Amino acid sequence: MKSIWTITKRELASFFDSLVAYVLIIIFLGLSGFFTWLSGSSNIFLINQADLQVFFGISYWTLFFFIPAITMRTLAEENRSGTLELLSTKAVSDWQIVVGKFLSSLLLILIALACTIPYYITVSKLGNVDHGAVIGGYLGLLMISAAYISIGVFSSATTNNQIVAFLLALFIGIFFQILFGVMASGLRGTLGEILNYLSARSHFESLSRGVIDSRDIIYFLSIITIGLLYSQTILSKRNWQS
Amino acid sequence: MGIIIENLVKSYGIQKAVNDTSFEIKTGEVVGFLGPNGAGKSTTMKIITGYMAPTEGDVRVDGVSVLENPEEVKRRIGYLPENNPLYTDMAIIDYLRFCAELQGVERSQIPVRIREMIELCGLKVEKHKKIGELSKGYRQRVGLAQAMIHNPEILVLDEPTTGLDPNQIIEIRKLIKELGKEKTVILSSHILSEVEATCDRILIINRGRIVADGTAQTLRQQSQGQEILTVQIESSNGTDVNKELLGLASVEKANPVDGKEGFFSVQSKPETSSRKPIFDLCVQNKWYLLEMTGTETNLEDVFRKLTN
Repeated sequence: MKSIWTITKRELASFFDSLVAYVLIIIFLGLSGFFTWLSGSSNIFLINQADLQVFFGISYWTLFFFIPAITMRTLAEENRSGTLELLSTKAVSDWQIVVGKFLSSLLLILIALACTIPYYITVSKLGNVDHGAVIGGYLGLLMISAAYISIGVFSSATTNNQIVAFLLALFIGIFFQILFGVMASGLRGTLGEILNYLSARSHFESLSRGVIDSRDIIYFLSIITIGLLYSQTILSKRNWQS
Repeated sequence: MGIIIENLVKSYGIQKAVNDTSFEIKTGEVVGFLGPNGAGKSTTMKIITGYMAPTEGDVRVDGVSVLENPEEVKRRIGYLPENNPLYTDMAIIDYLRFCAELQGVERSQIPVRIREMIELCGLKVEKHKKIGELSKGYRQRVGLAQAMIHNPEILVLDEPTTGLDPNQIIEIRKLIKELGKEKTVILSSHILSEVEATCDRILIINRGRIVADGTAQTLRQQSQGQEILTVQIESSNGTDVNKELLGLASVEKANPVDGKEGFFSVQSKPETSSRKPIFDLCVQNKWYLLEMTGTETNLEDVFRKLTN
């Protein structure tokens, strides 16, 4: 546990040192703020409802693009520069390395999301806010971020090229983001149901309406766990090839 | 206890980087792996440090198997990989703290250890710089410092002096010798003089196998086998000296040395010496024996002989 935290701390510090963190937070706040408060077609005053649905809808997409940009560096850069050899000959396991990297990206997203709490405060002054829906929305964003981070770390583990890691993460992510949903809508029966269950969108939407269902949570936790396990397998395959 | 390497095999496809190697390293020894590029030195080191698993065989450090308990083994080893990869975006002190925490150094001891390492590796002037801003020599020192931060019993250094200037090489060698007094050190190199200068014991590796094992002294003797003498003889009466030399019972080969009047290179048959017969021959023929020197085989020759 201590080793995981050591790795997480270092990674998080390097996000802030390299300005990645600041750029991410500023663009994220800028985009989501613009659409929530200013945009001519969708802003809160126009819709005239005191809720954060617009913000959650926008963040659902901005995070989808931002997260691969954060995670692409995590293991690909270590592979490229050879520092992975240094890291994995310290007294840490591959699992600890993977989880450390995962948590650092998750913390960065958490910080970015925390910066949007003033939106919530403002909206709650404007009218009667459905607090459950807001909490559910944030939980949904956090869950879907964690799932994409896990996919991103996995993509990063497979290559030593950051661009490849970025594109691979987007490619895998787009299935969960939208493609499974699109495919499901054209199909009936069991296959349609399976695809519908795999689509992140429906799970995210039910969370952001304030319905906190264990099925949705389990769905996201499964993606996270599978992503991390695969990342670990890829790392150890490289080290322990036979 | 030390390190025991048992029947190590590492194959990449059909190619065997390490081919059934077994040896033992005792605590406190400074061992040098010597071999041409691609001989399997780095691979062996990567297996010892737990970065790669062997295809067959095992490594035991103080009785702990690297396969069964890699983390315990890693804690006892300090490793400086080839090419010395480092996080270039970190400051030296932060980096050393990171390594110390990962290696499980006690929290209260971390600042003390960092100070000691900075002192020992001569990083004092540069300690607040980022690693990316350092020259190659200083990076190498950072690499050594991170390897020793948790005061390991064993140091594994893969080509510790590559890319350094001659002054830095001498300093690093001095440091390694110093460390070798209390620690087990394994280092690899393809520079013979380096291994000779720093190591108690030399393992020559070629094509994944150990082809020689011993001190610099014993290796020289082993390969020497046959005595080679350079003699200078002045014959007044114009006889063919070379022919006469070849006529001696103990001489296997004799050749005039190119460009040097009166010099001959004489190789004796195995396990015989030609010193006395040559002297007697000179006395008989009333020649003047002006010089007789034994040529010492250097490690370079041993190395070339064993790895070609």
